Amino acid sequence: MAANPMYQFNVYRIGPEIKIGEIDLSFTNASLFMVISSLAILIIFNLGAQKKNIIPDKIQLLSELSYTFVSKMISDTAGSKAKPYFSFIFSLFMFVLFCNMFGMIPYSFTVTSHIIVTFVLAAFIFIGVTIIGFIKHGFGYLKLFVPSGVPAVLLPLIVVIEIISYLSRPISLSVRLFANMMAGHTMMKVFGGFVVSLGIVGGWLPLSFSVALTGLEILVAFLQAYVFAILTCIYLNDALNLHH
Amino acid sequence: MKKIILLNIFYLSFCTVAVKSAEKGGMPQLDPEFWVSQIFWLTITFGTLFLVLSKFILPKISKNLEQRRLQILENIETAEKQREQSEKNLKEFEEIILKSKNKAKEVMLAAREKIVSEITRKKTKLDEDLNSEIQNVEKEIIELKLSSPKKINSIASNITNEVIKRLIGTDVNESSVSALVEDELKKLSRSKNGI
Repeated sequence: MAANPMYQFNVYRIGPEIKIGEIDLSFTNASLFMVISSLAILIIFNLGAQKKNIIPDKIQLLSELSYTFVSKMISDTAGSKAKPYFSFIFSLFMFVLFCNMFGMIPYSFTVTSHIIVTFVLAAFIFIGVTIIGFIKHGFGYLKLFVPSGVPAVLLPLIVVIEIISYLSRPISLSVRLFANMMAGHTMMKVFGGFVVSLGIVGGWLPLSFSVALTGLEILVAFLQAYVFAILTCIYLNDALNLHH
Repeated sequence: MKKIILLNIFYLSFCTVAVKSAEKGGMPQLDPEFWVSQIFWLTITFGTLFLVLSKFILPKISKNLEQRRLQILENIETAEKQREQSEKNLKEFEEIILKSKNKAKEVMLAAREKIVSEITRKKTKLDEDLNSEIQNVEKEIIELKLSSPKKINSIASNITNEVIKRLIGTDVNESSVSALVEDELKKLSRSKNGI
C-alpha cells in the first residue's frame, strides 16, 4: 500500500468525526498541516516583530527581509495602489511557501498538493480581484477585455479570447501549484521506491536522483509560492490600474 | 522557465502512468470525501493567519522598519551636521594658527629690531667713549711730549750739578749749568734731526 506513489496524498481523519448535518468537517492530516504551517508562520514572524533592534538579529532579519521582499514584489508589479492588499498577499505567499516547505519533510503531508485547497485560494483571489476591479472602475472594468489598438475586424475574436483567458485564471493558478506539488512528490516517491526495489546494488543511481530531486523540489516549492503570489499581484494590478 | 514547464509535462505524464498503475486507481485529490473539511479548515487557518498577521505582526514589522529608516536618516543628518561643524572648526583652527604665526613673526621682527638698535646704540656709545678716551690719551701724550724736554732739561741740569759737585766738591751756579746743558741738548737734538 505504502509503495503506491499516490498514497502520500491520502487524506484521513485525525481524531473524532465532526459532522454538522450532512457535512463532514473532521480534522484531518491536511488540516493538521495547515495549522502547523500557520502556527510556524505566526511564531517566526511574531518573534521577528517583537525585537526592535536597530541592528537586527537573525530572526528579526528574516522577518524584515521577508517583509521587504513581498513589499517590493507588490510595488514592482502592482504599483503603490496595491499597498492595502499587502497583508493578504504576504499571508498568501507565506502560507503557500510554508505548506510547500513542510511538505518536503518526509512522511509529512503537502497541503498545496490538493486541487481543492489551491482552487479555493485561486477562486477567492479571482473573485476578490474581480470585485475590486468593478468597485474601482465600475463597468469600465469590462474594458479589460477590449485591448486598445486592435483592428475592429478582429475585435469580437479578441474579446472572446480575453474573456476565456480571464475566466481560466483561477484554474490555471490553482492547477499550476497543485500539479507542481503533486508531480514533484510523486516523482520523489517513485524514485524512493526504485531505491528500495533495486536494493544495495542498483539503488545508488535512483538514490542520487532522489537527492537531486529533493533540491529541485525545494526550489520548486519556493518558486511556486512566488509564482502564486506574483500572479495574484499581476491580477490585482489589472484590477487597480486598468491599462487596456 | 521553459525547462521547468518541460519537466512539469514530464512529471504529469509520469503521474498519469503512476496513477493508472496504482492498485486503488485515481488520485486522492479527486476524491470529494474531505473537500468540505479541507475548505473549512483552510478558511479557518488562513483566515486566522491573515487576521493575526495583518492586525498584530505586520504593523509591528512595518513600524520597526520605519523607525530604523528614520533613525538612519536622523543619524545621517547629525553626521552631516557634525562634519560641517568639524570642517568649520578646522578652518577656524587654521585661521588661528595662521594668525599666531603672523604674530610670532611680528614679535620676532620687533625683538630683532630692538636688539639691533640696542646693539648699534651701544656700539656707537662705545665708539664715542673710545674716541674720547683716545683723544684724551693723545692730548696727554702731546702734553707729555711738550713738557718732557723741560723736565729732561731740569733733570739733566740737576744731574750735572750733582756730578759736578761730587767731582769738584763745590756748588756751581745752577743757571750757568742749566744753560750749558740746554746748549748741549740743543746740539744733540739738532744733530739727531739733521741725520
